[in-house]
Amino acid sequence: MEYLTQERAPIMESLEKMRATRLVPFDVPGHKHGRGNADLLEFLGQRCLEVDVNSMKPLDNLCHPVSVIRDAEILAAEAFGAAHSFFITGGTTQAVQAMILTVCKPGDKIILPRNVHRSAINALILSGAIPIYVNPQVDERLGISLGMKVEEVIAAIKNNPDAKAVLVNNPTYYGICSDIATITKVAHEHGLKVLADEAHGTHFYFNQKLPASAMSVGADMAAVSMHKSGGSLTQSSLLLTGENINAGYVHQIINLTQTTSGSYLLMASLDISRRNLALRGSEIFDNVIELVEYARDEINYLGGWYAYGKELVDGGAIYDFDVTKLSVYTRSVGLAGVEVYDILRDEYDIQLEFGDIANILAYVSVGDRVKDIERLVSALADVKRIYRKDSARLMKVEYISPIVDATPKEAFYAEKKSLPIAETVGETAAEFLMCYPPGIPILAPGERITKEILDYVKYAKRKGCQLTGPEDMTIKRLQVIKGR
Amino acid sequence: MELWFSELHTPNVRFSLKVDKQLFSEVSEFQRVDIFDSAEFGRLLVLDGRIMITERDEFIYHEMITHVPMCVNPDIKKVLLVGGGDGGSARELLKYDTIEKIDLVEIDETVVRACRKYIPQTASCLDNPRVEIFFADGLKFVRRKSDEYDLIIIDSTDPFGVGEGLFTKEFYGNCFNALKASGIMINQHENPFYNHDAAAMQRAHKRLAGSFPVVRVYQINIPTYPAGQWLFGFASKKFHPTNAVDFGRWQALNLQTNYYNPKVHVGAFMLPTYVIKKLR
Repeated sequence: MEYLTQERAPIMESLEKMRATRLVPFDVPGHKHGRGNADLLEFLGQRCLEVDVNSMKPLDNLCHPVSVIRDAEILAAEAFGAAHSFFITGGTTQAVQAMILTVCKPGDKIILPRNVHRSAINALILSGAIPIYVNPQVDERLGISLGMKVEEVIAAIKNNPDAKAVLVNNPTYYGICSDIATITKVAHEHGLKVLADEAHGTHFYFNQKLPASAMSVGADMAAVSMHKSGGSLTQSSLLLTGENINAGYVHQIINLTQTTSGSYLLMASLDISRRNLALRGSEIFDNVIELVEYARDEINYLGGWYAYGKELVDGGAIYDFDVTKLSVYTRSVGLAGVEVYDILRDEYDIQLEFGDIANILAYVSVGDRVKDIERLVSALADVKRIYRKDSARLMKVEYISPIVDATPKEAFYAEKKSLPIAETVGETAAEFLMCYPPGIPILAPGERITKEILDYVKYAKRKGCQLTGPEDMTIKRLQVIKGR
Repeated sequence: MELWFSELHTPNVRFSLKVDKQLFSEVSEFQRVDIFDSAEFGRLLVLDGRIMITERDEFIYHEMITHVPMCVNPDIKKVLLVGGGDGGSARELLKYDTIEKIDLVEIDETVVRACRKYIPQTASCLDNPRVEIFFADGLKFVRRKSDEYDLIIIDSTDPFGVGEGLFTKEFYGNCFNALKASGIMINQHENPFYNHDAAAMQRAHKRLAGSFPVVRVYQINIPTYPAGQWLFGFASKKFHPTNAVDFGRWQALNLQTNYYNPKVHVGAFMLPTYVIKKLR
């Protein structure tokens, strides 16, 4: 085998070679390098469509990688300090599902914080695993859920000695980290596997100033959204595994749901982004950190807003904080986060990552410039001047501890009835209900519907949050389990 | 030998000046800065390939961006100039003895250095003690000011590139906040003729109209700008640009101008129909 270094990009190189051979395509895709779809060609460009090709011998096959895809995966594993890496073309959702399906068989228990992404609970529906929820502490002031305290994880393990795995958000959407090193140590001592949802943590692997990555502390599997802070194309993702995971079995699991026509655009973007991060990641994220620290200082100087950072760290539920996350608390200006989110887009031409009830998140990356930061800060100054309101009218957000009546799978496949949402108090939900983003369920299948939850939903709806999940797209009705 | 400088006014329209030589060329942190000597227009300041000023016709731009607000409110004492590193706007403002202080905020030190050396016609005034130069981002500078200025003039480049932050609602809003209760702001409205520029003009105008109670647009004719036509925005908290203006008071100052006079002042606010339609 040729010696592989991080300067190489095997998938990209093989596509370049293919391009140079001017191969006549008598295979799919039918657009044939774009010739068969002039409008698409005009829109996306020749260079893009030329490499939108199907698996062929020189390009390897994502379902069974033996040459260039395998090489690219070896390089990615090396760059991330993992034993194996798998290129994923179905988003980090697919990577999260593959992790859970790998370690949980039907009826197995998995310990996880309630503020997991919907993809994790979807995986419980697929696998039939039983969730053991650890209460993620809630910051009372900011109204955001935090990380898991080590002692709570230990208690969950003690109460459920048969549990198979622990899932950790590393970090949460807001940048909050649990003590993943200690959790991993404790879990391993009790024979549990540790899975990390690192949808928002790609950059942890490439800069010393950032919180610990899952692989660096010996976690068993990690789902890494390369397309977020890593810079690859949307929907491309990485699944990393440690020494004690059977890579062959993981492959079989991935192939249960992965497409057999893996996109070379996505795979090449993973390959190129991995190379970029391996060679320049440290410098790139130094710049991002500097930009965000500057923005935080400027926003806090305005007064009213609170752009939070490392000062939140308390060694417990906020074991560490990802300083590249520019989250701003908005309630002190009398505005819900989602209101600020809407105002910034509609009035100031600034698109944020999300706004929730009390916070906004601006996603800052390698692609941002100081002058864009100046715009955001100045816009916040102006929003405060024009839209400031009395903050007393805002609802206080509290963690609503879920009452689990049934496993997600039981609830999902149970006989259901549809009720007007206001009449569902006391029933058991048979479907998801969430605000998107961040896509963390307010209700998951199998959970008891309470008045508190419906009050929250009503409030979120009024403030302009986008509610998703139920079959009824208008969110007027909700499906509940029949006969409970 | 013939040497021509060309600026693309649109991808299909080229504006060319015969130049004698290039006097200055430097790529700064923000943009490329060039100064040429031309046969017809004297020295040119060019930023990222676009003519900012020429010695021959800069008086039109600088007189109209300054004397209009000064005539509307002759009691203006403190002025913020955003951009304007060439010094032309400051030169006109300094004709008023009543102005006490001009804060000039230029993002690019290179522009000031180049103009000081090669275009003293506009830049020599920058040594005047009433002018204080800050090399800073205008958007950031103005964010920290409140109820401080009588007049803000945005003498910037185009809404594409370095100056793009100066065509935004957040900037206009922060300017509003930096102005006193009788404050006036003058800004760029680009040329209305070519579609690409006109779209930028419409957007800026919409954002401005939402930020100030009084917003009007006026027009000048200037040979070296696209289509020879240029618009300024007049935004103010209190004063109307032509109603109840005391032109006699301005005339009594007996200032020397070559383009501006009270009749041109009033006439500049009379806009062609197609411009009015675009502003709607």
